[in-house]
Parts: sequence; C-alpha cells; structure tokens
Amino acid sequence: MIKLIKLILLILILILSFQKLLYANNNSLLVNKISKNLRCLICQGQSVYDSQSDFALSIKILIKNKIEEGKSEKQIYDYLKNQYGEWIVYDPEFNKKNLVLWIFPLILFTFGGLLIYRKVFIN
Amino acid sequence: MKKNIYYSILFLFFIFIFSVFYLGLDKPNSYTPNESSNKNLPTFASKELFLNDEFISNNIIKNNQFTLVNIWASWCAPCRLEHSLLMDLKAKTNINIIGLNYKDKKNNAIKFLNEFGNPFEKILTDPDGTISIELGAYGVPETFLVNSKSKIIRKYIGPLKIDNISEIIRITK
Repeated sequence: MIKLIKLILLILILILSFQKLLYANNNSLLVNKISKNLRCLICQGQSVYDSQSDFALSIKILIKNKIEEGKSEKQIYDYLKNQYGEWIVYDPEFNKKNLVLWIFPLILFTFGGLLIYRKVFIN
Repeated sequence: MKKNIYYSILFLFFIFIFSVFYLGLDKPNSYTPNESSNKNLPTFASKELFLNDEFISNNIIKNNQFTLVNIWASWCAPCRLEHSLLMDLKAKTNINIIGLNYKDKKNNAIKFLNEFGNPFEKILTDPDGTISIELGAYGVPETFLVNSKSKIIRKYIGPLKIDNISEIIRITK
C-alpha cells in the first residue's frame, strides 16, 4: 500500500515538474520569436535575439517579464515601438510615409504587364 | 511625335530616379536615436542603493523643481568623464539629481562614489537593465531632464557635455 502511494506521489511530482518545464519552454520560445523580430538599436545589423549587448539582454528580460504579466505579443511590440520608435521592429508597417514603397512595385508590375500584353496580343 | 513624347517621359523618369538616389547619398544610413521626447516618466519600483528599501518612481519628483535622472555604472568609462560635470551642476544649482545605477555591483558603485563624489540626492538600482528600457534608454550613460509634472523634457544620450550642462542650467533657472 505504502509502495503504491509512493509510486503515485512520484508520478505526480514528475508530471508537475514536466508541466513546469514545458510551460517555461513555451515562454522562452515566445521570447525567442519576439526578439528575432526586434532590431538591436545599439549593435546594428543584429537582432535582439542574436546580440549579447547589455541593451539586448535587458530587452529579452523585459519581454519575459511582460509575457509573465500576461501581455500579448502585439502588446509587447506596441510597447517597444512606443518606447523606441518603429525602427525597432524588422517588419515595417503600412503607413503614409512608406506608401510609395509599397505601391510602386504594384504600379510597375501592372504597367509592365500592360506593355507585354500590347506587344504580344495586339501587334 | 508620339515617339518623342515617349522618350521624353522616359528621360524625365530617369532623371527623377537619379535625383532620388543622388539626394539619398547624403542621408546617414545608420540609426540615430530620437533625442526629443515628450513622454511621461514611467512608474517603476526600484531598490535604493544604500538603504535597500523599495522606492516608487513617482516619489522622486519634487514639486516646483526639475529632476535630472542620470543612468550610470561604475564600470562605464564615459560615466567617469561626465561625473565631474554632475558634481559641478550639484554645486551650482538646486536641481534634484537622481542616479539610476545600471547593472552594477553595490560595492563597486559605492567605491566609485567615494572616489569621485556623490552628486545624487537618491540612487536607485537597475540590476537587470529593465528599468532603463522602460525609461526608453539605450545604455549608459544617459540622462533625462524631468519637469515637476513628471514630463521628460530633454534626453541626453551618451555622456553629458558642457553645452548640455549650460542648457540644463538655462532651462531650470
């Protein structure tokens, strides 16, 4: 009987510890994912994930704290953007300033398509 | 005639692209942080360096007085350079100077203050650097001038220079 209780306890402890481990792993995966999308502002050309600078290390701790507070991924990006400007994220947002950059290839593409169409099918 | 229009449009287009790139050459292609700031001082809790007691950031602001928040560390060489300027500022004005000790060991920080003097009214600690991130700082040294309504009105990235000090004196007078 005692053996059985011991066994059950052991299994319980194992399950609990693994759960803790899994949970921690999940969080660190999210930290990695977010920090890969952030530019290290004082060591350019590197992401926050890659960099070992004091700035990047602190940002990683901050992301971890925010996740533990229950903040979503988007909230964390928005927070950092508010703090350091849009430059910190690698993925540029669609706005008035870069409108031309987004639209221009589309214009060229349609224009070029039209030219080819005229050359091939009309002549 | 049609061909002429076509070529002139092409030529203008080429000139346009060329001038865009040519003007772009002058622009610096490295990131320069934004030095003007109109944010409020964030609320954070931190331990005091000497007393080790918890301190809420709102309490560092004094009524009718400007506060200078200076991020420093004993291991940071430029902090040594600007330290004499901070001592000067302390002697000349009644500005409320708050230190934020960045990723430092307590013993080293105290040794540093004993050697170079202590211009700070209060020293808060930032052992993992997250408070500096919440302030929007890039690293050490960095200094924020905060008015009595908790608004950050100036941000100095890197060591303070004599020009910065005279600007601070001008603003706070």
